[in-house]
Amino acid sequence: MKVVLQNLTKIFPSRDKKSNTEVVAVNDFTFEIPDGKLVGLLGPSGCGKSTTLYMISGLQKPSSGKIFFGDDDVTELSTENRGIGLVFQNYALYPHMTVLQNILFPLQNLKGADRPTKEEMLERAHYAAKLVQIDELMERKPSELSGGQQQRVAIARALVKMPRVLLLDEPLSNLDARLRLQTREEIKRIQKETGITTVFVTHDQEEAMSISDVIVVMKLGVVQQIGKPQDVYDSPENLFVAKFLGTPPINVFSGRVENDKLFIGDEAVLDITGVENQEVTIGIRPEGFILDENGPFSCKLSNVEVMGRDASVVATSEASLNPILRAIINSDNKVDTTKETVRFSVKPHKVFLFNKDTEERIYYEVK
Amino acid sequence: MVDNRQQWKAWLYLSPAIVLLLVFTVWPIFNTLRMAFLEGYSEQLVVRGETFTFGIGNFLKVIKYKDFITCMKNTVLLCVLTVPISTLLALLIAVALNSIKGLQRFLQTVFFLPYVTNSIAIGMVFAAMFNIVGSFHGTQNEIIQTAGIINNVIEFFGGEKINWINVGSTYAANITVMVVYIVWNALPFKILVLLGGLQAINKQYYDAAKVDGTSRRRIFTRITVPLLSPMLAYVIITGFIGGFKEYTSIVGIFGETMGPPNDAGRLNTMVGFIYDQLSSKHHGRASAAALILFVVIFIVTQINMKVGKKNIHY
Amino acid sequence: MSAKNEINVMRERDMQQVSARQKVVKTLVKVGVYAFLIAMALVVLFPFYWMLISSVKTLDEYRLSIPTFWPQKIMLSNYAEAFSTANLGRLFMNTLYVGVVSTLLSLVITVLCAFAFARLEFKGKDTMFGLMLATMMIPGELFTITNYQTVTNFGWTGTFTVLIVPFLVSVFYIYLLRQNFLQIPNELYLAAKVDGTSDLKYLWKVMIPLALPTLISITILKMMGAWNSYIWPRLVANDEAHRLITNGLRNAFTTTTGDVNYPVQMAAVAIVSAPLFLVFIFLRKYIMAGVSRSGIKG
Repeated sequence: MKVVLQNLTKIFPSRDKKSNTEVVAVNDFTFEIPDGKLVGLLGPSGCGKSTTLYMISGLQKPSSGKIFFGDDDVTELSTENRGIGLVFQNYALYPHMTVLQNILFPLQNLKGADRPTKEEMLERAHYAAKLVQIDELMERKPSELSGGQQQRVAIARALVKMPRVLLLDEPLSNLDARLRLQTREEIKRIQKETGITTVFVTHDQEEAMSISDVIVVMKLGVVQQIGKPQDVYDSPENLFVAKFLGTPPINVFSGRVENDKLFIGDEAVLDITGVENQEVTIGIRPEGFILDENGPFSCKLSNVEVMGRDASVVATSEASLNPILRAIINSDNKVDTTKETVRFSVKPHKVFLFNKDTEERIYYEVK
Repeated sequence: MVDNRQQWKAWLYLSPAIVLLLVFTVWPIFNTLRMAFLEGYSEQLVVRGETFTFGIGNFLKVIKYKDFITCMKNTVLLCVLTVPISTLLALLIAVALNSIKGLQRFLQTVFFLPYVTNSIAIGMVFAAMFNIVGSFHGTQNEIIQTAGIINNVIEFFGGEKINWINVGSTYAANITVMVVYIVWNALPFKILVLLGGLQAINKQYYDAAKVDGTSRRRIFTRITVPLLSPMLAYVIITGFIGGFKEYTSIVGIFGETMGPPNDAGRLNTMVGFIYDQLSSKHHGRASAAALILFVVIFIVTQINMKVGKKNIHY
Repeated sequence: MSAKNEINVMRERDMQQVSARQKVVKTLVKVGVYAFLIAMALVVLFPFYWMLISSVKTLDEYRLSIPTFWPQKIMLSNYAEAFSTANLGRLFMNTLYVGVVSTLLSLVITVLCAFAFARLEFKGKDTMFGLMLATMMIPGELFTITNYQTVTNFGWTGTFTVLIVPFLVSVFYIYLLRQNFLQIPNELYLAAKVDGTSDLKYLWKVMIPLALPTLISITILKMMGAWNSYIWPRLVANDEAHRLITNGLRNAFTTTTGDVNYPVQMAAVAIVSAPLFLVFIFLRKYIMAGVSRSGIKG
């Protein structure tokens, strides 16, 4: 089922009554989540992503705007009637119930015609448990499980009633690095297998990029960009999105466009057309540099970190807005570390220009 | 390394407490045991230079004593009636309090008020409320029965007034009054503890339950009560311990006659029995009764813990 | 994977209907909850209200067969009469004296003990602490019999000493304060040692201010204890000069039936209850904090 958010806005009243500082957690969010897709809400803390999720769940009421599940307006509908599954950041497994009891719980809440028989309930609980591969742990209590296992129980509990929408709140934040990799693959797999429209919230761009069909990048309550992960990465609409996506992060320089040439400092790195003369902010992805002895762009070499397949060249530049800049190159390319300067040429499709003040993207063509 | 100066300093700081505890706590434990097992022990007889033989006669006398059986019966009856009622009521009030926003702090304060009262003093208020006054009204000899407010209310609703605590009142009526008063008195502490427990429960469990479409009743029985079970066990155990030591609330309502004037001692309790024995200088019997009380409380607490272990969920 | 069709029971519902019903249910529950709470609050408050209005009624009005819920004529003279009938002034002074002295002494003993258990290292510390805690399990009635003999032998009966000394040590308060002291980082103590601060000065300047809330809780509970104590004072100091307030109140109005001047009695009860209420109103936080940890009345 598709989920439609229409001009969704959430304003929290100020905590103390004296000052009238309202907090706009989510501002005018309009978006249609396509049926059966996995959508990642991404942004730094305080960007309104969790608030959005909780509004979809019904645990928080929007200040204005509407939410539709399919064609039904569910804005005023309370949580329990929305038929959603929600996996909490801390899983919120009932500590006094076993894994099986936890998974059965939502089914036992169903009433009337919806209520399955006892055998059906057990069958479905075991099915859900198998799906997340915890069918061996059914008699344990949550306190006897590892973080990853608890997380899977939480997913099973959310899935067992076959929700119309599955919501995950920072599902991986409590797991260690290895488990995180493993679990995110599983979430992807489970979502594919069940075909349930899924929304999840994360502050980890890598996580969002790796499993989402669509990502929504948010900042201070305002949606910055929506799109397929690769599209957003390859074509960020503003500096914030460019900076937020990608590890290592994008390198940012101050520069200018002058007579169809793009300057970083005094060096013209690209010939471009379609941009008027102006000061700009330039973003270059780490993989956008090519080691080139005759390249147009020079910077001071600090050191080289070899990481197997790739090598990371760490350097400094007067024009860089960050203390250091990083270029990722194939480790077959040997950098002469005795030299003080290193020269690069750049890949045009990895170079983004932004308005210096609005930080909006300026599109250009390569000459 | 424990340095020597700290050694003697520590014992110096502890000394006042230790001396007092030795005299007023440790010695009484041994002495009570000693007196309980000396046949017919009494301080008065000690002064006269009598000696006593070792034996369990005090215990036998206490158990066979009709008054003791009455006291035991009253104590157990009051416990069994008041602990469940007050716990259930406190649980409902605490859950209700926890679910509201407006007036919460105000109501919380109101519900705590009975705690800061003197159980004798407010007992007298309850006595007045349940009273029937054979009063003089109009001419000197014309006796008009007027009632305390409770009976006024009963009559207002068309009921027959009940003789709650006065001469000729029934045992059932007396116990009812005591139950009402003890429950009223026991609520504040239980509400305070249970509300504290409720507020410590992670809100996410309730969000999760909401997401799963759990009905209010099921949230209460399957989530709130289990998660609150340690606190419930705590108020039930302290409730029983307090219940077995019931005494002053009865003095508050009935005075030291411990019953309606025509049947003094009808509502006497275990603690009351111990003091009666003490005032009549039967130290041996008083000690034996105190030990029996201790053992009863101990056993009841153990049973509570055993039952609790099965039902406390984490 | 046909899982979705196989076990999908989340039917599309008539959203409007569900939404409307859910609103009605929510409102009803809210009204119900408030109604229940307010009804219970009235039950809880009623005795206090009845005490107050009865205390200013004339005897005749009090005896009306249809009771008045607001006094026709306010008889403040009942309070004066209560004061003299029960000799409340004397009782107040006695109780205040016993309460203040025993609280002060008790605080000193408790603080010293808690400090030793929390900060000092000495042989047998854990054993000693364990033994003290063990005494908490035994009901007080077990001690009373022997203590009665002991104070008689000491010749203390009918003095204030007998009301103060036997109850100076409360293992529970020592335990409470020790826990509080333990939360204060040990580094502060070591730093003070390095600076050459004496134990007592450190205790006074650092630990006591930091543990003040607990100390206030202890003080209030101890004072309340003196105010409410009944059994022991009646046993050992039931003479005019040393009688405490609860006992005095009960003694002044011994008969519960017959022709008692209830308004005067209620006035006396109100006077006796008032100080506790005042303390409660101003120090509610400390009382509630102390009580929720103790489980012991008074």
